Amino acid sequence: MIANYGFKDGSGDWFVIVDTDRCNGCGRCVEACPANVLEVGDDEFDPFREEPVLKVREEERKKVRYSCAPCRPGFGQEPPPCVVACETQAISHSEGWKVLYGKE
Amino acid sequence: MVEAKRIEPEKAEFWRWPETYWVNPAIDWHKGKFVTVGVDVGSVSSKCVIMVDGAVYAYSSMRTGSDSPDSAWKVVNWALKDTDMKVDNFDYCIGTGYGRVNVPMAQQTITEIACHARGANFMYGPEVRTVLDMGGQDCKAIRCDDRGKVLKFMMNDKCAAGTGRGMEVFADLIRVPVWEIGPRSFQTQKEPEMISSTCVVFAKSEVVGLLQEGVPENEIMAAYCAAMAHRIAELLNRLGIEEKFAITGGIAKNEGVVKRLEKELGVKTMDRVWFNKDMRTSKIPFDTMVAGAIGAALFAQAMLERGRVKSARKA
Repeated sequence: MIANYGFKDGSGDWFVIVDTDRCNGCGRCVEACPANVLEVGDDEFDPFREEPVLKVREEERKKVRYSCAPCRPGFGQEPPPCVVACETQAISHSEGWKVLYGKE
Repeated sequence: MVEAKRIEPEKAEFWRWPETYWVNPAIDWHKGKFVTVGVDVGSVSSKCVIMVDGAVYAYSSMRTGSDSPDSAWKVVNWALKDTDMKVDNFDYCIGTGYGRVNVPMAQQTITEIACHARGANFMYGPEVRTVLDMGGQDCKAIRCDDRGKVLKFMMNDKCAAGTGRGMEVFADLIRVPVWEIGPRSFQTQKEPEMISSTCVVFAKSEVVGLLQEGVPENEIMAAYCAAMAHRIAELLNRLGIEEKFAITGGIAKNEGVVKRLEKELGVKTMDRVWFNKDMRTSKIPFDTMVAGAIGAALFAQAMLERGRVKSARKA
């Protein structure tokens, strides 16, 4: 399942995208995230999934635009720490940050 | 001296949509194995569906009050009104929707996204691939497989633009019952330009401006429906549409929005008839609002059948 956590508004798309089929629930990204946006727990969208899965914390879902901005997802020299930490490449970000801040 | 007359205010509430409840007389729940219940306490409406072995036995939908547990009790009792079933007869009850944590009779909660996908799969049939839930306060675009499992989802719950609440505000402002807005939006000669404001509050002042300019009511309704369809289309295009496409939630009943959305996307929505043959013959109205609650009841059924949970029946 492709889970899009975040929101879309007049200024762009602000989503943290988790591919739950790739996620193995290891939790390395949770430790790597400086803004404490992520957590590992039961899959809310598939009640029959047994293994824990990565998700964006409920209270962060409406403000990922601001929480994730310091890591510059999608632009800059380095990919954000959560993406670097993930061995299965389950995490990505939508284009909002790139479009808004990416123009050098 | 002439006495000043006090003018009594009109009490009509144009935003108020009809609250309904239905019981399927063809089913005898005493003979059923499992009675499963889905309670969907949404931001605007509360829905309750009672299923007996995977067939809809009764449902109800009414407005959510300020007190979520109270709304849940009210809607459950309303669904039970014409039956001899009691809350103690429920085998398993699942709460969903915005107020899902506040459903006192529920043994478990599941998010509304999973429930709507499952519910649409039951209502429209397994051919559904894209589900759009147009709720009271948010809008969710969901892609699912032939078993109603969520494959991809996207939510727009940051603001009330393009939702049922926006339509209620608009109905109240223009003083037209909310269910008449759809049909009346087509009773106009030309398709006007859509309302340009995204925000409901700004759109409201824009509509007031149009009314004062003397623009006909029907034309303003068309403009508002078009604006709403446009907003929803943006979300769907971001997700990517795969046929077949179905709409659940309250706004699915508004032809004015649905037809314009179809036009904008170039995709037809599925016919709003029950996929299940027994349901079609039972004459239970196809209410898109209860899709989430149906999904919750189906999850309860599946959990009992798979032995993942124990029946909580008390009587």
